[in-house]
Amino acid sequence: MKNVKDRIIYASPRSLKDNLFHFCPGCHHGLAHQLVARTIDELSLQENVVGVIGVGCGVFLYDYINIDCCEAPHGRAPAVATGIKRAIPGLAVFTYQGDGDLAAIGTSEIFHAANRGEMITVIFINNGIYGMTGGQMAPTTLPDQKTTTTPFGRQPEKEGYPLKMAELLASLEGTAFSARASLHNVREVRKAKLAIKRAFQAPLKNKGLGMVELLSACPTNWQLSPDKSLAHIADKMIPAFPLGTFKDTL
Amino acid sequence: MINEKELLKGNVALARGAIDAGCRHYFGYPITPQNDIPEYLSAALPKIGGVFLQAESELAAINMVMGAAAAGRMAMTSSSGPGISLMQEGLSYMAGSELPALIVNISRSGPGLGGIAPTQGDYFQATRGGGHGDYRLIVLAPNSVQEMYSLAGAAFKLAIKYRNPVMILGDAILGQMKEPVLVSAETIQPYDQSRALTGAHNRPARLIKSLYLADGEMEAHNWKLNDKYNLIKYNEVRVELDCPDDCSLAVVAFGSCSRIVRTAVEKIRDLGFNIGLIRPITLFPFPEKEIQAIVKSTPTLLVVEMNTGQMVDDIRLASSGEGEIFFTGYPGGTVPTPEQIENKIKEILRIKGEVK
Repeated sequence: MKNVKDRIIYASPRSLKDNLFHFCPGCHHGLAHQLVARTIDELSLQENVVGVIGVGCGVFLYDYINIDCCEAPHGRAPAVATGIKRAIPGLAVFTYQGDGDLAAIGTSEIFHAANRGEMITVIFINNGIYGMTGGQMAPTTLPDQKTTTTPFGRQPEKEGYPLKMAELLASLEGTAFSARASLHNVREVRKAKLAIKRAFQAPLKNKGLGMVELLSACPTNWQLSPDKSLAHIADKMIPAFPLGTFKDTL
Repeated sequence: MINEKELLKGNVALARGAIDAGCRHYFGYPITPQNDIPEYLSAALPKIGGVFLQAESELAAINMVMGAAAAGRMAMTSSSGPGISLMQEGLSYMAGSELPALIVNISRSGPGLGGIAPTQGDYFQATRGGGHGDYRLIVLAPNSVQEMYSLAGAAFKLAIKYRNPVMILGDAILGQMKEPVLVSAETIQPYDQSRALTGAHNRPARLIKSLYLADGEMEAHNWKLNDKYNLIKYNEVRVELDCPDDCSLAVVAFGSCSRIVRTAVEKIRDLGFNIGLIRPITLFPFPEKEIQAIVKSTPTLLVVEMNTGQMVDDIRLASSGEGEIFFTGYPGGTVPTPEQIENKIKEILRIKGEVK
């Protein structure tokens, strides 16, 4: 115990503030924040990064990660990020968006930002539901999944199918990196961490837009316990949203 | 080229004015009748190290402007009616986040897809904020190609001074006509970067936001914004007053319409009638005090607009029941002739017993 520092093998990321997360028990936003903060530390970006935060439970990211941030209107984070990045090309710019934000109201902005190959990173939280507004159907809601606006379960013939954003964005020329990872167990969290890092590296290396979709739990609105929520991701979400890297030009 | 007159189209003059003011960031989406602005800037901006980006929609364009403004840059967009409607979301966020930028509305008639002919039907949208929430834009109304040029610079100055979006409200006449312009660049000082998002290097992290959930926070923010709007009202009213002493009638008009009105007023003056002309240049702040003062000595006002009556509401509010307010409107892309306005003035003079 002579040198305590030598014994530290895991610590809170430097860029993560010492604030208690307001998120519900079992919510994965806190974990996603931590992984983003750790990536910012590893790439030494804390003093050279701007986060653009979409509308949803993740909007308070600036309360937890100690970096310059800008709120964006619902769905428009990739456009705001485009404006910042074009204004100051030397900055690392990322968006943090939920599935309502990115896959419903903001499809136009994310598709065209990716298609232009904007040198930005996109962190996409897919929990299959609108969390902040109280559990309504998202474009990523699974068939038959009950939400507050699909009380009988989502019927694809009426309400469409779960939108596979990571695959869709991978199909665009301007996307340099697109992957889907999950936060439901330690092994997948480690993979998610690697994917987040590559999603940051893609624009930093001027390859194009980097995007990572994170399958995340919303126990409150799923009306499941945190542990059953993890099982829901493993058993229900992953079959519909396969994990993997769909494009990597790094 | 400084201090030389050039023959310029209104839209191009505006684009030149923005560049000369120091704007280097343009984001926009095509729509008639303002396309000369992005077309000009798409060639001009890259040559001087600026950014021109054609967005996928007006929604995206205004949010790109918001991003560039958040990064501390002088940014602008331009559009027309339907596109300006789509931008209201971003404008509300920018007003709430106190981000400066120039938004140009070369307006067209509506509602809906409407038509592309000149109109002033967007007066309410421009002067009442336009989007959700309790906010105002500063609104400038040029009436010549010269002013399309010079008010672009004035707009950036005001936007930066008050950290507020500024709108230039023009129409197809102002955008498309050519007039000689005195091009004289007014240098804008680079604005205070103390809130710009540039990466938290050797300083605390910064936040640009408009979300206030804690008890009382939003109210305090609204009052803070309101104090700013009151300061703007106090400091920044611009109005052209051409009211001879003892004039019996004054005509009020803004923008391109005021040019037609001037022709009519001058013809009536040639007939020996002492009538005035009032042209608000700032539509917000509105020249309330000037109108209040004029109705005391000139109790009859005629308001002429290329719509069904929008600015006339502000005239009525400013005059607070004093005087007699007449209105004549030409909506839907109809441009009045000087003769039509002359006849309207004569009709009022007849009612008032000045013409038999």
